[in-house]
Amino acid sequence: MLSVKDLHAEVDGNEILKGLSLEIPAGEVHAIMGPNGAGKSTLSYVLTGREGYEVTAGSATLDGENLLALEPNERAARGVFLSFQYPLEIPGVPALTFIRTALNAQRKARGEGEISAPEFLKLARAKAAELKIDFDMLKRALNVGFSGGEKKRMEILQMAMLSPRFLILDETDSGLDIDALRIVADGVNALRGPDRAMLVITHYQRLLDYIKPDRVHVLSAGRIVASGGPELALELEREGYDKYARAA
Amino acid sequence: MSVAAAIRARDAAALPGKRDEDWRWTDLRGLIREVPPPSGNAGEVGAGPFDALADEVVVVANGEGVAHIAVEPHRQRTVALRIVSRGDGSHAARVSIDVEADGRLILLESYDGEGGYLGQASLVFSLGVGASVERIVLAADDAEGVTVSQAEVQLAPDAAFAQTVVTGGARRQRLQTIIHHPGGHAALRLDGIYLLEGKRHADLTTVVTHEGLDGVTSQLTKGVVRDQARGVFQGRIVVAEGADKTDARMGHHALILSDRAEVDAKPELEIYADDVSCAHGNTVGALDEHALFYARQRGIPEPEARAMLTEAFVGEVVDRIEHEPARELVRAWVAERLRG
Repeated sequence: MLSVKDLHAEVDGNEILKGLSLEIPAGEVHAIMGPNGAGKSTLSYVLTGREGYEVTAGSATLDGENLLALEPNERAARGVFLSFQYPLEIPGVPALTFIRTALNAQRKARGEGEISAPEFLKLARAKAAELKIDFDMLKRALNVGFSGGEKKRMEILQMAMLSPRFLILDETDSGLDIDALRIVADGVNALRGPDRAMLVITHYQRLLDYIKPDRVHVLSAGRIVASGGPELALELEREGYDKYARAA
Repeated sequence: MSVAAAIRARDAAALPGKRDEDWRWTDLRGLIREVPPPSGNAGEVGAGPFDALADEVVVVANGEGVAHIAVEPHRQRTVALRIVSRGDGSHAARVSIDVEADGRLILLESYDGEGGYLGQASLVFSLGVGASVERIVLAADDAEGVTVSQAEVQLAPDAAFAQTVVTGGARRQRLQTIIHHPGGHAALRLDGIYLLEGKRHADLTTVVTHEGLDGVTSQLTKGVVRDQARGVFQGRIVVAEGADKTDARMGHHALILSDRAEVDAKPELEIYADDVSCAHGNTVGALDEHALFYARQRGIPEPEARAMLTEAFVGEVVDRIEHEPARELVRAWVAERLRG
């Protein structure tokens, strides 16, 4: 599925990723943990093609296709989805309109027909109910005036409706109380499957109690400095990142 | 001398220009060396954008045509008023609009032009007590044309006047509205949209004078300029002595989509009364790149994402139009213009 090799990337001329390598096979969930400033969000933006994040060396492929050569929307159409740490407000565009526009744009890029209005609404109602989102909220401008938790749930709703193949969750637990966290995790877990892979970026172990990873990696100073099973997350929670900061 | 008088006298030196404080961004004097000869007959003028929505269509072509629209007490009318300019001549028109007590007028006003004309229109509105007017103006001038529209509105207590001016600009264009607001729970909404490209110019100028107790004004103008276009917004709200408890809000927000486009804005509040609630907000900037990336990450291609965000920006003003068929017509016009 995702293969990242010796990736170097700069922001404003500062090298943030310094030779990052990562393999996430289909069907697996990998977590990346690390201290603030390690390059966690940079990795998510590089993989999704945000402007201002310049790759200077290395590669990133999804099922063998060079992601770095594609526009952000082309990556999305191939199934790359980023749940933003800070979801953006889109004034004047109702959530339903936004999601439908995105879904149809992706379908068009894949050579599929548009989804019909009744079919779309049925899907939206079903997914909103699963995520305990009031359907009327989807008629409001996307994320405008929403609480932090509502924005995160709206990310998962979009994820559920767009049905991506490779999911990046960037600090999805931040701003969520325990009930909201459980709902969000259920939504994410429902998408686990043999044809999908996930990269869960988090500072704290808490989220990983709910979204159980197959592998855990420690990112420090722009490189993966340790990898292990789920027990590694518990060790980090106990002992902190100090020893890895030194290792880097 | 007024613009209309300068045209009738064919005296270019009498046109307003940059030395006139209120015209410094819309310099007619510097643009027009000689007032063109009077426009002849406009000929066949075709259909107007609002014809299908109105009970009645009134055409004023090259300054000629019906000059009076009246609504009797307690009556309601929907009138399409077309101000048409054809050719390279000059002309001035005058239309008076009287809506008597508790009458209601929906005025769907359009400007359409073909040629390098210099056209002027004076509109004089008079509203009786409790009268209500919704005026929607759609200005589709020629890129070579020059248009000056000057409306003057006299409100009465308990009257309501709601206006939305939507324009694509012209070689030079000024759409001006002057309102005498008596207070007395009269309500005023004064909105505008300008969408400019190429070398087009549009100037939305409003002056509202609150002259009595308990008046309400709500004003929202949004603009989108690209290429080398220039948008001008001048909004002045005067709260005269004694016009206490006035509630006036003015907003002007513009998106500049290219380096060479320009927006000049002058929001002014002059307050000489007590216990008033007045506010204004003015922003000029580019499209939010973060929101743009967010939309693209969800799979929306860049041109479509830009158009969607820009339409949404302007949509806030479109949504305030009360007359639904006109609102949807304006929405479609805006979408077509932005997606060009």
